[in-house]
Amino acid sequence: MKRTSSYKKLLTHLILIAGIGITALPFLWMLCTSFKTKGESMAIPPTILPERFVTEAYYNVLTALPFGRIYMNTIFSTVITVAGQVMICTLAAYSFARIRFPGRDILFLVVLSVLMVPGQIFLVPQYLIIQKVGLLDTMPALFLPNLFSAFGTFMMRQFFLSLPDELEEAAILDGCGRFQILIKIMMPLVKSGVVALVIFTAKFAWNDFMWPLIVNTSTTKMTLAPALSTLQGQHLNDYPAQMAGAVLAVIPMIVLFFVFQKQFIEGVAHTGVKG
Amino acid sequence: MQGTTKKKIAKRQWKEWGEGYLFITPLLLGIFIFYIFPFIQNFWFSFNEVNKFNVATFYGLNNYIEMFKDKELWRALGNTLLYVGITVPLGLALSLFVAALLNTKIRGTSFYRTIYFLPSVTMSAAVAMVWRWIYNEQYGLLNAAVKALGLSPHGWITDPKTALFMVMIVGIWGTVGYNMIILLAGMQGISRSYYEAAAVDGASGIRQFFKITVPMLSPTIFFVLITSVISGFQVFDTIYMMVGKANTAYRSTQTLVMIFYRNAFDYGHKGYAAAISILIFSIIMLVTVIQMIGQRKWVNYD
Repeated sequence: MKRTSSYKKLLTHLILIAGIGITALPFLWMLCTSFKTKGESMAIPPTILPERFVTEAYYNVLTALPFGRIYMNTIFSTVITVAGQVMICTLAAYSFARIRFPGRDILFLVVLSVLMVPGQIFLVPQYLIIQKVGLLDTMPALFLPNLFSAFGTFMMRQFFLSLPDELEEAAILDGCGRFQILIKIMMPLVKSGVVALVIFTAKFAWNDFMWPLIVNTSTTKMTLAPALSTLQGQHLNDYPAQMAGAVLAVIPMIVLFFVFQKQFIEGVAHTGVKG
Repeated sequence: MQGTTKKKIAKRQWKEWGEGYLFITPLLLGIFIFYIFPFIQNFWFSFNEVNKFNVATFYGLNNYIEMFKDKELWRALGNTLLYVGITVPLGLALSLFVAALLNTKIRGTSFYRTIYFLPSVTMSAAVAMVWRWIYNEQYGLLNAAVKALGLSPHGWITDPKTALFMVMIVGIWGTVGYNMIILLAGMQGISRSYYEAAAVDGASGIRQFFKITVPMLSPTIFFVLITSVISGFQVFDTIYMMVGKANTAYRSTQTLVMIFYRNAFDYGHKGYAAAISILIFSIIMLVTVIQMIGQRKWVNYD
């Protein structure tokens, strides 16, 4: 009995490790190539580890595109999107969850309906709006539509709904305003929700591809994801440079993930739970 | 006395309503400007021809008629259905399998969980670029492995026969970890007593999995299924990065969103693109409704 179970455990580990190999392989291959010379990257058969670690590829990427500028654009757009969504979605979610006013449920349904529509439906008109107000190829174009999130509002509302009603009653009788209640009483209680919203939004904004690809086409105004496609086009055979660009693009999210691992995984686990 | 209390209550009510509306105003404004209005406008555009200067002229049903005749679009639809039809079931089965393995009492589960989850936090454009490099015909890792096994190398993403499947591998690779986390959370919510009872009856692990885990987990499986189908229909980043316009396999990997993007932002056929986006929307709605009806047969809600 005991024997079979330890044999089963070994088998489980072996399968899981094989899975890890497949999952991690592209990351390792990307990292290894980024430290090779262009010549070595085209060796047949390919070397796995670089013969000599060179940072030439990173130098090439940083000088090929205004990579520093693109990096700053991505950070800027991500930070604004996160901050904006936390403010706008939390405020609305609190109202939808805990304040009673006529038309509330219908308005919430309107917001929810946006969640069910694939993004392509909005894309052409959104582009034309941005164009019409003269914001193409500017910073605000990167984040404007993303400040208003039906998903973020829905998620935060779930967190507010889970709190007991009694919390606010005394404060209301004391004449406290709703804004004060939200900031002082409710926000500390939905901290885990805010963290989840921050993580989801940061991941989305940092990795977003199609929208920034469409609105900001000049190299000084774009973000990392579409910049990689530019890099691929310009440095057709410079694989180390391409991989160096990819490494630089994924590192911040990987760091964020390792720091907030628990919240990341719990946040995702939550999305599948009914209720 | 009573009058003043009433007045106070009325005043408080007004204040309450006012605050309620005030708090949702920023969101609603944004939602109306960037989502509701575009939704309506997009619908209108699909009945228009929108020229390079973005001037719309009424075009009736012509965009839709054009769609019917567009062989490239039909092919893209076929590619998309194939993509969803293969990546979704395969991805779901794999994530269920990994979740089941991680739901056992073994060491290092949190380590495994973390690594498996990594692809879903990383930029798909970057990851697609790495895969393209792995698949590279001359210098890629895959062909080096193939050659080491004594087989002949292959142009994995330039051969129209294999390209879409190679893209699917990347799609599955990118989502298994995410779905596995959701399924694992669901599995951990199943009471151990069911398994203990089954073990007493002598049911094997595999039998327990299909007789207890799957039915108990069916609402979560359904959730994963619905969300995977929706995102599968919208695959874009990976294909855009992996299969360029000059690639010989371009037509055999082009999906609906890809053809939508090309028409809207490369060819300047915004009205036609709007009609394609309505097609994508309709297909997703239809498939979701079918799944909603189908779920009654297999999803258990207590």
